Amino acid sequence: MKIDFKTLSQKYGLVIVFLMLCLGLGLLTDRFLTVSNMVNVLRQSTINGIIAIGMTYVILTAGIDLSVGSILALTGVVTASLLQSEGVSVPLAIVAGLTLGALLGLVNGVIITQFKVPPFVTTLGMMTIARGLALTFTEGRPITGLPDGFRTIGTGSLGSIPMPIFIALIAFLLGYIVLNHTTLGEYIFALGNNPVAARYAGINTNVYIIFVYIVAGILAALAGMILIARLNSAQPTAGLAYEFDAIAAVVVGGTSFSGGEGSLWGTLLGVLVIAVLNNGLNLLNVSSFYQPVVTGVVIALALLFYKLLRR
Amino acid sequence: MKTNTFSPLALLSRFSVLIILLGIGVIFALGSEDFLAPNNLLNIALQTSIIAIVAVGMTFTILTAGIDLSVGSIMALCGALAAGLAVKSGLGTFGGISLALIAGMLLGAINGLLIVRGGMPPFVATLAMMAVARGLTLVYTNGRPIAGIDEAFIFLGNGKVLGIPVPIIIMIVIAVIAGIVLRYTRFGLHVYATGGNEETTRLAGISPGKIKMAVYIISGFTAALGGILLTARLWSAQPNAATGWELDAIAAPVLGGTSLFGGVGNVGGTVAGAFIIGILSNGLNLMGISSYYQQVIKGIVFILAVILDLFTKRKK
Amino acid sequence: MSDTLPLLKMERISKSYPGVQALEAVDFDVVPGEIHALVGENGAGKSTLMKILTGAQLPDSGRIIWKNQPVNITSPGDAQALGISMIHQELSLIPHLTVGQNIFLGREIGSGIPGFINWKKLYRAAQELLDRLNVGIDARTEVRFLSIAQQQMVEVVKALSLNADLIAMDEPTSALTDRETDILFRVMRSLKAEGVSLIFISHRLEEVFEISDRITTLRDGIFVGTKEAATLTEAQVVNMMVGRELGELYPKTNRVRQEVVLQITNLQDNKELHGVDLTLHKGEILGIAGLVGAGRTALAETLFGIRRAVAGEIKIDGRPVRVNSPGKAIKLGMGLVPEDRKLQGVFLNMAVKDNIFISAMKQVTTWGFININKANRLAKTFVKKLGVRTPNVGQRIRNLSGGNQQKVVIARWLTLNPHILILDEPTRGIDIGAKAEIHGLMSDLAAEGMGVLMISSELPEVLNVSDRILVMHEGRVTAEFSRDEATQDKIMLAATGGLDQGGMLNENEHV
Repeated sequence: MKIDFKTLSQKYGLVIVFLMLCLGLGLLTDRFLTVSNMVNVLRQSTINGIIAIGMTYVILTAGIDLSVGSILALTGVVTASLLQSEGVSVPLAIVAGLTLGALLGLVNGVIITQFKVPPFVTTLGMMTIARGLALTFTEGRPITGLPDGFRTIGTGSLGSIPMPIFIALIAFLLGYIVLNHTTLGEYIFALGNNPVAARYAGINTNVYIIFVYIVAGILAALAGMILIARLNSAQPTAGLAYEFDAIAAVVVGGTSFSGGEGSLWGTLLGVLVIAVLNNGLNLLNVSSFYQPVVTGVVIALALLFYKLLRR
Repeated sequence: MKTNTFSPLALLSRFSVLIILLGIGVIFALGSEDFLAPNNLLNIALQTSIIAIVAVGMTFTILTAGIDLSVGSIMALCGALAAGLAVKSGLGTFGGISLALIAGMLLGAINGLLIVRGGMPPFVATLAMMAVARGLTLVYTNGRPIAGIDEAFIFLGNGKVLGIPVPIIIMIVIAVIAGIVLRYTRFGLHVYATGGNEETTRLAGISPGKIKMAVYIISGFTAALGGILLTARLWSAQPNAATGWELDAIAAPVLGGTSLFGGVGNVGGTVAGAFIIGILSNGLNLMGISSYYQQVIKGIVFILAVILDLFTKRKK
Repeated sequence: MSDTLPLLKMERISKSYPGVQALEAVDFDVVPGEIHALVGENGAGKSTLMKILTGAQLPDSGRIIWKNQPVNITSPGDAQALGISMIHQELSLIPHLTVGQNIFLGREIGSGIPGFINWKKLYRAAQELLDRLNVGIDARTEVRFLSIAQQQMVEVVKALSLNADLIAMDEPTSALTDRETDILFRVMRSLKAEGVSLIFISHRLEEVFEISDRITTLRDGIFVGTKEAATLTEAQVVNMMVGRELGELYPKTNRVRQEVVLQITNLQDNKELHGVDLTLHKGEILGIAGLVGAGRTALAETLFGIRRAVAGEIKIDGRPVRVNSPGKAIKLGMGLVPEDRKLQGVFLNMAVKDNIFISAMKQVTTWGFININKANRLAKTFVKKLGVRTPNVGQRIRNLSGGNQQKVVIARWLTLNPHILILDEPTRGIDIGAKAEIHGLMSDLAAEGMGVLMISSELPEVLNVSDRILVMHEGRVTAEFSRDEATQDKIMLAATGGLDQGGMLNENEHV
């Protein structure tokens, strides 16, 4: 088998960057390379990780979803209010929340495919709409006090694995299998790679574009549930700028904005890089206000790096 | 051979913004007695002025088929810089404002570089800038408002000249200058050409890259100006100021007939579009609809405006 | 005219692309104030020659002499500066700018204030140029309100405003009505009277004879000859264009069967098809000849559900069907190997195997999950069957040659075992060896009973491979030939509109 240097540096370049980052932080502060801190990093990265899976799907079709943060907030407050209602069981509330996420994604997908509105415009609109709905629904106030059964998904653990990490792993595995081992995934890659050829090959491209926005919506809702379970409170202002972190993870992971190229492994590494960076800044007592600045610079660097690599 | 410049449809679409504006006005006038009060109309103009200024800069980027999502954050950062430099660093109001305007242009230039040289899609580059500039605002302000700006600074946001509020005057000046630039200068024509067909523009010996750099600098400048006026109006710089304003700043030109695919649009439409948004929120306020719900309406109006734009274009 | 000093001389121009010799030592010259037609089949090298002339591409060898000076033309800007302008088939005006703005884009007439444009002067100058051609266009009109013909006039005016001495026009009449063509020709003649030289590229021979002084013919990238138009007949030009030796004919077994697999009656879309009738039999290779824009690709895409038909009937195996999507077409047993392989055919960044099984996911999946062994097996089977040369089925298809990519696209359809296969320009840009293999493959498929519809602009290919040949012209089938009767000349004449439009050529009629 021929070894492709570019693919290799694309794949392992990121691993090396990640390891060097960890090593550097380990040298800078002894609090970094501890088991508890590592688990902490993983737990902090679960929410962004889950959202980033959906974002990877969307970006693979050459789209974008700016509304995930707002969808997270809206589904979070709706789920929380259902949980507090009489006669609504925890599973039912969860299913309802996930369904709402799917619906919002469906609306995105339909506007994009049927009216040909560019994805960033559609989802920018949805970002405002969903946020407005979340605020309207709660009148701007958080909903606090959730049943213990529900809170397990944010605070419980399975054996020694914290529940959020477990859920994120499941989501990742499912996402990975669908993307790489099913007809759905094959079609997503194909239509991102060449939408015209996909149509000529008999693929109903609109259906699959709608599908990826639904996936992004469901995963945003799932991330929202973990968040509210952990905080024991659903904030209508939750998830602000989460789309940015998710896009950053996908970009750092090497998925191309022109679609059809990328992988969930890359996204996973991207999520970890960003989580470690933020954790490192924390441990080094750098104000958290710097986080978006650092992430923004990392995005720019990653894009330029991949641009050079793809030459 | 026929050369019909005007068709009823073109005429209608040309003035559709004004028709919508009038329609909304009539509805609100009927719905609330306060709406047509002179004070309220002036109030609407005042509230609209800042968003209109930012939207004028946005018009330039959209005319080149680009977008600038970072305007809200640039407003916050430059508003804070102006106040901070004037008050904390002792540069005085004039020095602080001047440097803040330059900072806005620099941030715009970085957007332009990432897009032109880095080959990033405009919405990605400016999305990154949106986060970075917001982060820098929090860093610079430490997450706390900056107050204590002097009378002269406050005058910019709350003063009146000949009975007209200063922000309105500034809006008119900016709109007129932008209108003249787009209508009567080489650069203006080249902005339209770049958005209309980049390749043809290149073949005509024009550098589309330079034009794009320039429009992002312009957008950075108007955002900075908008941020400074916002600070002046609120008597202080808020780190969370202008969050989400990019939506209004994009919606205004789109409502005013500027095509998101570039090459079509004008400043008059943008100002009218800004007034639609201003009147909409004012009217909704008077009708007692919560600001949260207004956000939902704004988002829907935004998407509908784009769909309408695409629809009329496909008819053509 | 030949004793006039030439304005332009292109000497021994050669250019090759990977796998294709586009031009081989071509000579071409233009004298002042002449209209010089450049003719040849698709792929003869006309556009490559023009690209070299206008600086869009560099020649591998040869030289260009302009006004007796050897020149280097390395960019469109160079050509413009010398006074050479090109008007492309796809017009490049900016629709939302006015005529005047388009004409003077990048060279706006300034006013006293730096950076400002003097619109009055600009529009007056533009209007003068327009009036010179007497075409009745207002310089202040936005270009989007103009007809294609008017836009072409604007391009001509733009070229004139650049002080062009030579204007090359690529198929300027292809989208024009007869009346518009007349106006264009009037303009061309008045330019000629002013001493401007014009290169006129067209497939329509009658027009070529109507307007041009001299005619240069290219064939397969080789210069055939330049002659005074007055000394030539249409038949002679056709002969120069196609005068190729036919390759070896495929031995035909008597495989065409009686059963009709596909029948089309009066098929129309709103644009390019104006009532197409055809019948395809089992085991038949039906060749469809015609010029670019004759509606052949529109026919293929309408059949395959990519474009919408507005009238007409399609019957498959005698049953009327409605094809409203490619998915439906596939279900009905059709496959389409599209015209533009890179854009419509292959997924360049995906593996050979993905490109093969993408339309046949059901065969390689269980409950929607891809069975890697099945997928590999399927891909390998077809790679072997079609002789695709690739190191392995996991190779990215972009690393394969054009011929092998095309085989993969064909393989994609064979996995579905269709009974109608439509191939649009199946061997365009493919080297000779792979070409023969694809021809052989088509023959084999027909022998197995498949109905094959082949669209091709290469006459030898049409003649070699087809059992029967239809010729399309302006959205209709205008002639039908049996394999034995067809000749290149007859097809070319029918395709260039040399026959009565709409009137079918009687099979026994002699041309």
